[in-house]
Amino acid sequence: MIEPFLDNQFMQQALLAGVLLSALAAIVGTYVVLRGLAFIGDALAHGVLPGVAIAAIVGAPVLIGAGIAAFSMIAGIGVITTRSRLSNDSAIGLLFVGLLSLGVVLVSSSQRIAGDLESILFGEFLGVDRTDLIMLAVSLVIAVVIVSVTSRALLVSSFDEDLAQAMGFGVRAHYFLLLGLVAGTVVVAFQAVGTLLVFGLLLAPSATGALVARRIGTMMAVATGVGILSSYIGLLASYHFGWAAGASVVLCAVSIFFVVLFGARMRDLVVRRQT
Amino acid sequence: MTVDHAPKTSMIVCAHHLSVGYGTNVVVAGIDTDLVAGGSVALVGSNGSGKSTLLKTLAGLIPPIDGSAEILGHEVGETTSEVAYLGQYHGNALSLPMRVVDVVRMSRFDQRSRWRRRSHVDDELVHEAMEVMQIQDLAHRPLRDLSGGQRQRVRLAQVLARRARLILLDEPTTGLDAPGRTAYLAAIAREKSRGAAVVIATHDVSEASTCDRILLLAGRIVADGPPGEVLTPENLLETFGIGLARVGDRLIVTEHMHNH
Repeated sequence: MIEPFLDNQFMQQALLAGVLLSALAAIVGTYVVLRGLAFIGDALAHGVLPGVAIAAIVGAPVLIGAGIAAFSMIAGIGVITTRSRLSNDSAIGLLFVGLLSLGVVLVSSSQRIAGDLESILFGEFLGVDRTDLIMLAVSLVIAVVIVSVTSRALLVSSFDEDLAQAMGFGVRAHYFLLLGLVAGTVVVAFQAVGTLLVFGLLLAPSATGALVARRIGTMMAVATGVGILSSYIGLLASYHFGWAAGASVVLCAVSIFFVVLFGARMRDLVVRRQT
Repeated sequence: MTVDHAPKTSMIVCAHHLSVGYGTNVVVAGIDTDLVAGGSVALVGSNGSGKSTLLKTLAGLIPPIDGSAEILGHEVGETTSEVAYLGQYHGNALSLPMRVVDVVRMSRFDQRSRWRRRSHVDDELVHEAMEVMQIQDLAHRPLRDLSGGQRQRVRLAQVLARRARLILLDEPTTGLDAPGRTAYLAAIAREKSRGAAVVIATHDVSEASTCDRILLLAGRIVADGPPGEVLTPENLLETFGIGLARVGDRLIVTEHMHNH
């Protein structure tokens, strides 16, 4: 059970990345779940693909490409949510599909990076290096500081935007700050789990926390625990069965969510019968 | 226009030639009214008459289109710590993993600096608000497990815990049962007696009649005055488009406008 992590440095680094990523995703993902931003967050995660592709084609760091793409996507969401005559979901959905398609077209048309498509989409959890770990740790510290400073505004905005505005909290500014945190998490995490799966790690542990917690702090703690457990089991499964590591971790996180959801339903049924 | 001769310092709301609406679409125009400390006014009108729009403007959620509105001598939106606002229920709170007491505490978030922990005053006000709305026994229950009426009591406790000088309530009795309404009315009386001004938007004439004044709205102010003077058949016909007569606490339909 623990031998693969004792004997192999790449497994130790992958697990450490999983721990850091779990804490980061729990902090940001909690507010994504609370504010009901799952769809926008997913769109944001997928929208980084063209930026990654262009950066890879021109030989620039892919993180910079992903960052530019993510923040362009936020600007696009800003325009859509203020100007669109369509429902936000439709417009953002089209933006997301359009950018994903553009990314795939760019990757597939460039012989230089066509072979990298799989690692861009599904990540290389077992390939994280020291630089990736430092970047994840720094991102985690930044996220902790930002969320600590703005937690009251983020919480009231999640509860009721009108109430938050009436209390003098800048609702729109905090909305975009949260999107920025999602974008930042996606950018630093996609190398581990890929652009297609990164949102699973952001959402599934936090959604599990929301099922069982009665307080926001508990929800974040549960989400972190679920993320770490998923990383451990997923990496172990990947080591023993040769499964794709990123996908194994996300699959594990999503499975835990459904098991807890089922358990919560059963518990509610039992309580209802007893009363 | 209603002119109050109360001392200037007790003026909480003062609107002058105020037009409210969304973007450039005016919903209610030409509002000249005021409200003093300890006073209450009910905004009454049919759907789309501008009750909620006026309330949102006073809460600083949407800017006035024309004219001016001042809260405690400042432009709307500049004195948020003195204002408590209860909007219509959105339902987003349902999914939040929060206990009732944490939801009520939330309303004190803007009353202290970012790094200060909550004080004894915060705790006392939260406790008192929950007691007034009779939800102490729900304090540690998750909000999502409560009924609609219980949740409305929690939201009203949130408003009370702010200890604001201006209280703005949009359909405050939605979902409340008889004990809940009684608790609500007692809470409002208490807030007024400590000098808060209260504005409510409601369809319920019996609820409106508990206020000192009623503003009948129909794209403009149809009438503004004490309930006994304002709730006349003529005013109600103009406000709702149907003939209504007040029988005790209730309004009954007497005629439709197209009959005229």
